[in-house]
Amino acid sequence: MNLDPNIPDGPIQDKWDLHRFQMKLVNPANKRKFRVIIVGSGLAGGSAAATLAELGYDVDCFCYQDSARRAHSIAAQGGINAAKNYQNDGDSVWRLFYDTVKGGDFRSREANVYRLSQVSANIIDQCVAQGVPFAREYGGQLANRSFGGAQVSRTFYARGQTGQQLLLGCYAALNRQIGLGKVRMHTRKEMLDVVVADGNARGIVTRDLVTGKIESHAAHAVVLATGGYANVFFLSTNAMGCNVTATWRAHKRGAGFANPCYTQIHPTCIPVHGDFQSKLTLMSESLRNDGRVWVPSKPGETRGPAEIPDAERDYYLERKYPSFGNLAPRDIASRSAKEACDDGKGVGHGGRGVYLDFRDAIARVGEDAVRERYGNLFDMYERITDENPYKVPMRIYPAPHYTMGGLWVDYNLQSTVPGLHVIGEANFSDHGANRLGASALMQGLADGYFVLPYTIGHYFATQKPGDIDTDHPDFKRVEADVHARLNKLISIGGARTVDHFHRELGRLMWDKCGMARNAAGLEEALVRIPELREEFWSDVRIPGGDTEFNMELEKAGRVADFLEFGETMCRDALTRDESCGGHFREEHQTPDGEAVRDDANFAHAAVWEHNGPDAEPTRHVEPLSYENVELAIRSYK
Amino acid sequence: MGSEGGDGYGLEPCSPPKVLPNRPLPGVEETAGMNPLMRGMASSLGSKLVVALTGAGLIGFVIAHMAGNLQMFIGQDAVNAYAAQLKSMPELLWVMRIGLIGVAAAHVVTAVRLAASNKAARPVAYHAAGSIQQTTSARTMVLTGLLVLAFVVYHLAHFTWGLVHADAFSLVDAQGRHDVFSMTVLGFQQPIVAGAYLLAMLLLALHLLHGAASLFQTWGVTNQAWAPLFKTAAKGLAWVILIGNASMPIAVQLGLIVPPAGVGS
Amino acid sequence: MKLNLRIWRQKNAEDGGRMDNYELEDISADASFLEMLDVLNESLIERSEEPVAFDHDCREGICGTCSLVINGVPHGPRRATTTCQLHMREFKDGDTITIEPFRAAAFPVLRDLCVDRGAFDRILQQGGFVSVNTGGAQDANALPIAKVEADTAFDAAACIGCGACVAACPNAAAMLFVAAKVGHLAHLPQGEPEREQRVVSMVHAMDEEGFGSCRNYYECEAACPKEISVDFIAEMNRGYRQSVSKGVSA
Repeated sequence: MNLDPNIPDGPIQDKWDLHRFQMKLVNPANKRKFRVIIVGSGLAGGSAAATLAELGYDVDCFCYQDSARRAHSIAAQGGINAAKNYQNDGDSVWRLFYDTVKGGDFRSREANVYRLSQVSANIIDQCVAQGVPFAREYGGQLANRSFGGAQVSRTFYARGQTGQQLLLGCYAALNRQIGLGKVRMHTRKEMLDVVVADGNARGIVTRDLVTGKIESHAAHAVVLATGGYANVFFLSTNAMGCNVTATWRAHKRGAGFANPCYTQIHPTCIPVHGDFQSKLTLMSESLRNDGRVWVPSKPGETRGPAEIPDAERDYYLERKYPSFGNLAPRDIASRSAKEACDDGKGVGHGGRGVYLDFRDAIARVGEDAVRERYGNLFDMYERITDENPYKVPMRIYPAPHYTMGGLWVDYNLQSTVPGLHVIGEANFSDHGANRLGASALMQGLADGYFVLPYTIGHYFATQKPGDIDTDHPDFKRVEADVHARLNKLISIGGARTVDHFHRELGRLMWDKCGMARNAAGLEEALVRIPELREEFWSDVRIPGGDTEFNMELEKAGRVADFLEFGETMCRDALTRDESCGGHFREEHQTPDGEAVRDDANFAHAAVWEHNGPDAEPTRHVEPLSYENVELAIRSYK
Repeated sequence: MGSEGGDGYGLEPCSPPKVLPNRPLPGVEETAGMNPLMRGMASSLGSKLVVALTGAGLIGFVIAHMAGNLQMFIGQDAVNAYAAQLKSMPELLWVMRIGLIGVAAAHVVTAVRLAASNKAARPVAYHAAGSIQQTTSARTMVLTGLLVLAFVVYHLAHFTWGLVHADAFSLVDAQGRHDVFSMTVLGFQQPIVAGAYLLAMLLLALHLLHGAASLFQTWGVTNQAWAPLFKTAAKGLAWVILIGNASMPIAVQLGLIVPPAGVGS
Repeated sequence: MKLNLRIWRQKNAEDGGRMDNYELEDISADASFLEMLDVLNESLIERSEEPVAFDHDCREGICGTCSLVINGVPHGPRRATTTCQLHMREFKDGDTITIEPFRAAAFPVLRDLCVDRGAFDRILQQGGFVSVNTGGAQDANALPIAKVEADTAFDAAACIGCGACVAACPNAAAMLFVAAKVGHLAHLPQGEPEREQRVVSMVHAMDEEGFGSCRNYYECEAACPKEISVDFIAEMNRGYRQSVSKGVSA
């Protein structure tokens, strides 16, 4: 497996500029003769589709949702980072770069992160030009706030719905291109496989979710912008339809899967409150700007929060991380919550919750000011829990939220399959082992607006423009595979529902490969997952047929892939015998519970190669070198 | 748990549903050459503007008509003189009549056309009827409008064409003028006629309650600050029209206005 | 809690469809409405019946995928709340709940409670954007925008495109949706150059899709999970009137 990252030469601050100059260009008259398929219409896919169409390429964009606007980027609440230094508080491209590399616990590729920081400012300019209504000050200038893991205010936001506003911006740009006939939008069409012909990605096979029709689509390049795999945990903050299918199918067709064990467990989510629960709801991390996190000092506390005096409260983040306090990065805040609950200090249903208290903020700035900042989040909390957070502290608990792992890509965002590009959360590149708050939106849009449109041209310059069709025998072969798999699912006729298996897989992954992992648990999971997969394929029940609107069949296909993917994820977690970022191996911690990295042996990205259904995958590595940031113990104390 | 008849669908494959393609909309070409103003007024918003504008005109007429008729309370001479004066300017009268007919026709035809397209926009009704904040007045606009139209026809037949209650239509007063006063009083002395007029005015008031406020929204001049004022004004207008017009049949019924000596029973 | 459900079942767009009755027991008051339907579906599958198809995705009230008309009201009884954020505590033990799809000619039913809202996308394709290509944008702070204007634009931009306004409107009009989209850009200087053209194009596209017209019932505003004000409809009416009277065409 070729894992050359193709990082350009030169000093880090010049790499992207030099590379843009050195990359080959496509003749403008030839651009429309290059067809590109983009799977996914979120911030990464939507922005890429719009921008590539603007450049003149012939674009097909696919999403499983009923509208491009519903991609899960829409649910991001808090904000988007950019090194604008509008607040004059010492921010710079270098600082954003440094914070991101450090936040990722020194497991990301320096050159990619630096480029991300460089283009971050362009993103804000672009979004404002599109009419994204970012929060503003009375003087008419853009407002900023600080976010977890940073000590500068570089986060741009749009009330509690930054993701929706950014996505509406790029959806509008996409709509413009659809209206102009430059993009063919395919909604309610799910990619079920990628076609690799003669060594290059040449197209995809989709299922029309309304009619069940299986179709092949050919192109000169395929771009996956299909998001992350946090739904492997069943309960996560992802949308119900988020899945690993596109990236997993691509993996099975030859794309290396990097660092699948890097998952982000977001610290501020509404705790689980019943067995019927279908998903978890995130409360924006921005709440930690004013809310104070605490648990009762005494395990097994039975008093209500109001009756517990300050002296008997443990504001554990402020105690353990005095300089960052409640703004400690997500992985650290999450793990600390787990520790507190493991010590029996948790509150609420099953003792799995901690308080996020606004009492002091309300006393300091008044209820109205708090409402102005977080009103919609408080309302949402109240709708779900039936508790008024202005009066009683919120209860929060970590939940799977984002996945840093993904398909391996080089500096050009190309996977190990030529022509197959991967952008946004679906790739692995920029966040290392932990993502900082407000960086996901930044990366998705950076990839889609400002990186891929250049680098994909470099690939096209090596290809012949013009006719491309689905006659190649590989299309027929893949289509046949897809049909066979769907028929197999339909014909099982077992006794258990898809959700039953998904729930069981999720519980297993959460217990063994969640916030804290150890070798014994992972080995257990590696035994149990294949068994569960076996049970699934012999006992799942899917009503209806495959030539109709069949939501159970859709789910079944996704869960079947999670059942394969989960195993690789556990294998990755087991072989990464260190703690870093969101990957916390209990064997590797300091006496006070901090993660211990092993840079000598693990300063690399682990990239998995699929070897067929019954063979163990091969682990390759891409060494990570740090020339501009000194490898250090990540401290937020 | 159990189910009554919810036995699913069976497993037979189904034919594909209508797929709505992504491309320029049908019908765009047809209108491409049209005068932009005409095309604009033909749209749903343009049609609403027509209804609002003509509605405003009709409100003006209703107020003027009422003001003229309230001279009934002054007496026979005032009303008859007013009527005679209107008749003395036939050109102006006909211009106004034709204008009024045009405005009324545009109002009714456009509103009915919109109502038909609204019906087509919701071909399948809900099983459970639910409404949140719509008013009876808003919901019944088409009904009240058409009933008021029916009343207007009757009203014209009564007082303008003399087709109903024709015996009182031919009366003349001492000066030889058309005795509008007596005709009106004799008409309103019949309880059924008075009742019909009262009912019609209630319907008109109900129509105006929504219509007179709604036209400002359609004209695009409402906002949170003005909307309640327009609403109050519409309510005031509806009451004024109702009280003003209803006062005449009521006064006749109560014997407060009586026919001149020698006229009627 | 125990519930009687009356649910619209329709196999596909061609099927006539009907209401079916289901009884459900042991539903937690803390469950969301969609989780209640999940429980129903699991039990239907276990009985070898076909589950009820309904649209949903984020389940946090922002993607706008969930729909449903619950007891005659889009997104159910709680104001400013999408179906996915509606919880069963809003209902009483023993209640009968009628669940229907959004009804509009422009939103054909695909199956059961799922409808095709592609009409919304197509309206936006006719003008719901600022024509600016990627790259070359000026510095974001070079264009100061009054906070009040930016906030008003945001109030409109909060629309999640769920279609509840259409479902609630007795005329199945899409006015609130289109007005919110038009209003968002009309309040920002970035939207100014195309403002007149945009409103005309989008209104005409809306008509082409077969939505009804506005009778100012304001049901849309009451049903909107994001509480978008009908003031934006007035603004759109004004903008349309002024643009058309200037001779702007689609």
